[in-house]
Amino acid sequence: MFKFEKLIFGDLGWGDELLLAMLMTIAVSICSMGLGIFIAIFAAWAKLTISKILNFIASFYTTVVRGVPELLVIYLIFFGGSSIVMKIAKVFGYNGYIELNAFSISVVAIGLISATYSTEVLRAAFLSINKGQIEAAKTLGLSKFQIFYKILVPQVLRHALPGLGNVWQVTLKDTSLISVTGLVEIMRQARIASNVEHSPLTFLITAACLYLFLTTFSGKFFNFLERQSNKGFVQTS
Amino acid sequence: MNFFEFFTSFQESLIYINFFKILNALDQTLLLLLASLPIGFILSLIFALGRVSKNKLLSKPIEYYIFVVRGTPLLVQIYLIYFGLASVKAIRDSFLWIILKEPFWCGVLALTLNTVAYGSEIFRGGIQAVSQGQIESGRSLGFTRIGLLRKIIFPIAFRQVLPTYGNELILMVKATSLISLTTYMEMTGVARRIMAVTWAPVEAFMAAGILYLFLNFLMVQFIKYLEWKYNPHLRISN
Repeated sequence: MFKFEKLIFGDLGWGDELLLAMLMTIAVSICSMGLGIFIAIFAAWAKLTISKILNFIASFYTTVVRGVPELLVIYLIFFGGSSIVMKIAKVFGYNGYIELNAFSISVVAIGLISATYSTEVLRAAFLSINKGQIEAAKTLGLSKFQIFYKILVPQVLRHALPGLGNVWQVTLKDTSLISVTGLVEIMRQARIASNVEHSPLTFLITAACLYLFLTTFSGKFFNFLERQSNKGFVQTS
Repeated sequence: MNFFEFFTSFQESLIYINFFKILNALDQTLLLLLASLPIGFILSLIFALGRVSKNKLLSKPIEYYIFVVRGTPLLVQIYLIYFGLASVKAIRDSFLWIILKEPFWCGVLALTLNTVAYGSEIFRGGIQAVSQGQIESGRSLGFTRIGLLRKIIFPIAFRQVLPTYGNELILMVKATSLISLTTYMEMTGVARRIMAVTWAPVEAFMAAGILYLFLNFLMVQFIKYLEWKYNPHLRISN
């Protein structure tokens, strides 16, 4: 049953290992969320331009990645990633063996999944901005970069914040899947510990509690950000 | 290279062979869905009603259940049921073991528990969106409580939540792939085994990916059909 004595810190318990694993989960989540938003900015832009080709590429990417299980995407990138990278390296004349480390593979895989959700959030947030504001900015003689940086980004961020909060929760939970790549995050550490101690219930419940802790507190943090960003706006509904 | 040569070379290609090997496991994935989705749907409705009830003894436990399931990854839940429960001796000795020793039923249990938490939150939104006036007018027409639920609240709520619940159904199709981690051989599990034998990951997982895309495409069409069927007032008449 539940063995509390196995959760102490130090050599006798798994407390410190699990804490480190939790930090790894947080690191992977933040990196992949960042990568996801970075990709999503381009994908959302590609979906909104009039170019048919860019539209098609962006919708193809989001449809395919959202239509395929996350586990499959992770398997594809984890097992197929280095062979794809080696093929690309061959084009540039490098014939050696390239091995990608588990962390970067995980970040790329989760980032690519998270980006598809962020794309829709950013696209919807962009569409909610009044066209007149961009026209007004143009009339005032702002450059394209200035319009993006001073007019679009602050407002898109405010509109997108609730959606991005949801994406963050999904991303955080998706990181549990990268335990299949061997990266030691909460899930992997819990499995290792339960195999050693023959007590799966202890460590799996602990893992569930750690995830619950992370999702609850990051949810509270996003609520705080929303309140901050909505200061000065009249709350409807 | 003429068309025939291309066709034969395609028939010998790894992705084509893998495709049919993985297609054999499609029924395992479908079985998981067919077992967990209907139960999940009915339980979601019941839990949603419990969640909106004024009885704290009923609504609070459901609230905590939803909070815990939505706050933890599905993988943790699957492992807890498959590895965690199996490690308790009392369960191994009880009648529950007949169900819990099978990876299939563990998977069904995990998927159902998961979808009920998300689904009941969705249905709660739909039920609370039914305007008070409609319920009052139903009451004044002499509907019983059950009649009110069956004839007024559920149809309106169901219509309201169809797009969101459809999303949840697609997430469920994707979630079945996680059951492969409990040694259950559905499509992802078979793809993983093919990869271990042939060491050609891209071909194996792409073949599985195409099948999942197809499954999700069917699911989207099914949801579209339901939306068409239950929104007759929005149809363009001709």
